[in-house]
Amino acid sequence: MDKTAQGAGAINCYPIPFMTRHLVLTALLASGVWAQPAGTTVIAIRDAQIHSANGPVISKGTVLVRNGLIEAVGDKVSIPPEAWVVDGAGLHVYPGLIDPLSTWGLPVAAGTGRPTQAPAPGPTPTTPAQLEQRIQTLDDGGPEERPSNTSWVRAADLLDPKSAALVSARNAGYTTAIGFAMTNVFAGQGSAYNLAGTRAGQMVVGDPVGQMVTLPVRGFGGGFPGSLMGILSYVRQIYIDADYYKAAQALYSQNPVGLQRPAYDRALDGVIASPRLLLPASRLAEIDRMLRFGKEMKQPLVLYGGAEAFRAASLLAAAKVPMLVNLRWPERERDLDPFIKEPLRTLETRDLAPSSPAELVKAGVRFAFYSGGVERPADLRKAVKKAIDAGLSKEEALKGLTLYPAQIFGLDNRLGSIEVGKIANLTIMDGDLFDEKSKLKFTLIDGSKYEPAPEAAPANPESTQ
Amino acid sequence: MNRRLFLASLATAPVLYSAGETILIRNAKILTVTRGRVDGSLLIRDGKIAEIGASVMAPAGATIIDAGGGFLMPGIVDCHAHIGSDAINEGSISVSSMVKIEDVLAPDDIQIYRGLAAGVTTSNVLHGSANTIGGQCTVVKMRWGKPASQMIMAGAKPGIKFALGENVKRAGGGTNFSATARYPATRMGVEDVVREAFNDARAYQRQRDEYQTRLAKGERVLPPRRDLKLEPLVEVLEGKRLVHAHCYRSDEILMLLRAAEEYGFKIRTLQHGLEAYKVAKEIAKHGAGVSTFADSWSYKLEAYDAIPYNAALCMKAGVLTSLNTDAPVTQQRHLLQDAAKTQRYGQLSDDEALSLVTINPARQLMIEDRVGSLEVGKEADIVLTDKHPLSMYAKVQKVFVDGEEYFDREKDIRNRAERDARRKALAEKLKPPPAPAQKKGAR
Repeated sequence: MDKTAQGAGAINCYPIPFMTRHLVLTALLASGVWAQPAGTTVIAIRDAQIHSANGPVISKGTVLVRNGLIEAVGDKVSIPPEAWVVDGAGLHVYPGLIDPLSTWGLPVAAGTGRPTQAPAPGPTPTTPAQLEQRIQTLDDGGPEERPSNTSWVRAADLLDPKSAALVSARNAGYTTAIGFAMTNVFAGQGSAYNLAGTRAGQMVVGDPVGQMVTLPVRGFGGGFPGSLMGILSYVRQIYIDADYYKAAQALYSQNPVGLQRPAYDRALDGVIASPRLLLPASRLAEIDRMLRFGKEMKQPLVLYGGAEAFRAASLLAAAKVPMLVNLRWPERERDLDPFIKEPLRTLETRDLAPSSPAELVKAGVRFAFYSGGVERPADLRKAVKKAIDAGLSKEEALKGLTLYPAQIFGLDNRLGSIEVGKIANLTIMDGDLFDEKSKLKFTLIDGSKYEPAPEAAPANPESTQ
Repeated sequence: MNRRLFLASLATAPVLYSAGETILIRNAKILTVTRGRVDGSLLIRDGKIAEIGASVMAPAGATIIDAGGGFLMPGIVDCHAHIGSDAINEGSISVSSMVKIEDVLAPDDIQIYRGLAAGVTTSNVLHGSANTIGGQCTVVKMRWGKPASQMIMAGAKPGIKFALGENVKRAGGGTNFSATARYPATRMGVEDVVREAFNDARAYQRQRDEYQTRLAKGERVLPPRRDLKLEPLVEVLEGKRLVHAHCYRSDEILMLLRAAEEYGFKIRTLQHGLEAYKVAKEIAKHGAGVSTFADSWSYKLEAYDAIPYNAALCMKAGVLTSLNTDAPVTQQRHLLQDAAKTQRYGQLSDDEALSLVTINPARQLMIEDRVGSLEVGKEADIVLTDKHPLSMYAKVQKVFVDGEEYFDREKDIRNRAERDARRKALAEKLKPPPAPAQKKGAR
C-alpha cells in the first residue's frame, strides 16, 4: 500500500458528514449543474497544474477530494477506484477564491454593490434593508434604543441560497464570501459562507467573524449620528457601554439581591460577540485616523478600503493591522465637469492605488482583495490584474484572493489553500488565473462541482451603485 | 522606483528646514508685538526662539537666512477656523458635546497650506454653529504634511463650541411649527437648551460624587455609566474646558453670560460677536474675550448692526479681543488686512493691530506662554514678510512652525510649473478611453 492510499484510508475513518451527502444529492436533483455520477463523493482531478497558495506549484499533480474535504494533493497521489476522475491536463487548480467583504447571497445585494437607498418598506420587513429601515423608524428604536445599530444581526441568518448573485460569483471563480448584510454604523456580524448549497445553514463556514462599522453620513435631518465625528463618538460610547454592560452583568450575576438589574441590550450583546472590528479607511489620513481609533477601542482591527494604502504601508505595518483592498480602484467621478482641474494628489492616488497591494506586501502587511463596488464579479480578475501590473507578484495576488482573507478572519484552518484536511473549495481554470483569456472550467464547493452557468440578466446598472 | 520614492517624499513632509536645526535670520525688522521692534537678528534653536537682538552671533553649524530687510512677525493665530477637518457639524441634535474635531482632523486639506501661506501657524479648529452646544474643538499647529496626531498642539487647553442665534434656530428645520423640526427654533429655546444641558451635567456630577461616597462607605455599587456627552460639560463647570461661543446680537450675548454666571462657569470667547461693542463693559466684567470680524456689515440678518469699530471699541473697554476668519468661510489670507482695517477705523497702534491676530488670540486660547509673540523661549512660529505686514502690499515670504520651515514663497512659485506639468501628464495618462458609441436612447 503506497503512502497516498494510506492517507486515503486514514481519511475514511472520518465519519462521512450527513450534510455533505445531502448536499450532493440535493444538488444533483435540484440544481441541474451537477455533472458527476450519482453516489460518488470522491473526486480526483489529475494531471493538473496545482497552485496550493501555501507551497510550491505542482506542475502535474492530483487533488483528491472526499466528502467535501481535500483528502490528498501531490504529484504521486494514487486514485482510488471509487473516485470520479477529471482529466486535468491543461487545467490549473486554485483554492476557491474568497471575497472577504461581500453582500453576495444576501437579500440586500444587487450585484456586488451596496444599495444607497433602501427599497420602499413593505408591511413586514422581508429584506435586511427593509428591516434596517423599520428598525430606524421604530419610535422607540427597538428594545435597546440605539440608532443605526444592528450589531446583533448575523449575515448567516439572512443568507439566500437561491440568490442570483451566487451564480455570478461562482462563474467568476469565487467559492466563499464573508458577507455583511447591513449598512448601519454597526452593520452587524459578518459570516463566512460557501457560495453554494441548498440550505443556508449548510453554506456557513464561520460565524460570527467580525463587526463591520460603516459611515452613513446622514446630515442634519436624519437623527444622531449624522456626521463622521458623530459616528466616531457614537462608536466610542457603544464600546464604553459594552464594557459597562459586561461589568454590570458580572456584578448582577454574582448576586442580584439589592442591585438594579442591567437592561437587556442586544446591540451591546452583538458588539461583545464580535471577534474583530472592521473600520473603513481609504485615504492616508483615514487610515491613520482609524488605526488610532481602533487602538482606542481595544479591538482586533481590520481596515477596509485602502485606495491610498500605498502611502500608508509603513503605518499599517507598525500597527500590524491587515487591510482589505477594494478592487474598485478610484475612478474619475462620472459626469465630472470636463473643465475641472483635478488636484495632483487625486490624480496620483488614482494612478498609484493599484500599487497598494504590492506596497503592503513589501512592508509585510497582510492584505486581501474584496469585491467592493465592482459591479460584475466577472470584472474582478481584471481589477486584480491592475494590481499585478503595478508590481504585485502573481503568487501574492493569488494569496490575496485565497489564503490571506482566510487568515485575516481566522478561517485558514478550513479555507484558503489546497491542503489536506481543508474544505474542498477549488477553482479550476483552463489556463493561468491571471491571464485574461483563461476561462473557468468549474468550481468545487464543499466537494460539489459547479460549472459556469448562465447568469440572470443584470438589474438596470443605472439603478445600482 | 525613483518615481515612487519621489512621490513618497511629496506625500510626506514638505519640511524645508528640519526640526532641531539651528537657524539664524539676519537683517530683519523684528516685530515682537509684545516688546516693540528690534532691527537685527533672530536665532532659532531646538524649535524655540533662542535670541533676539541687534546683532546675534551665529553659532557653529547654524543655517543663516538673510531676511533682506524684511519683517519678522509672530505666526498668526486664528481663533476660529473650520479647516483641516473631515466634518464640521454634527447637526442632528442640539447638544453634541460628545463629538470631537480631534477625531476627524484632515491633515491633507489644502486649506492648511493656504493658511500657512498667509502666515497662520496656529488655528483653533471648531465645530460648526448648527447646535446650541456643539462639539469639542482642537488647537492645531499648521504642520502641513504631518499626520493628524502631529498637527494637534499638545498641551493646549481643550475647548468646546457653543452657538446662539439664527444658525442654531434654523439648522433644525426652521422656525415653522412642524413636529419634526429640531428644538430649539427661537432664542428663548436656545437659552433653555443651555440650561437643560447644564442641569444634566450637574446631575451627572452629583451621580459621580455620590458613587464615590458610597464606594468609600464600602457599599457594593456600580459606577455611573460614562456619558461622553456630559463629561465635557462637567469639565466646563469645573473650569477645565474653554467655551467658545458663536454669537452675534447683544441680547443673546448677555443671555449667555448671565446663564453661565448662574451655573458658575466662564465663557472664554464670544466668537464673531458683531454687536459686542454694545455690551463691551458687561463682557469685560464677565472676563470673556471677543473674537470678531473686521467688518461684514449686514452679511446676514444678525449682522445688521455690525460696525468696523467693533474690535477697537471692545479693546478700549478692556475686552481681550482678536480677529478670526471662520475659514474657509472667509480666508485666512485676509487676517492681516482685517487687522489693518481695524487699525484704520479704530486708530490702533501697529502693535495693537498685530496683537489682534497674534498674542490676543493666543491669550484667548491660553497658549500665550508658547506662541503669539516673538520672545526668547517661545516656540519658533515665525513669519517673514517683504513689507510691513499691515501693508496691503506685504507678501508672506517664509513661515516657520516650531523652527521648521513649512512655507517658502520662492520655492512654491518655482514648484508650480513642475507640479502643473506632472498634473497634466497624469491627467493625460489617466484619461478614460473614449466611450464606445452609445445607442440612441441607451441611457
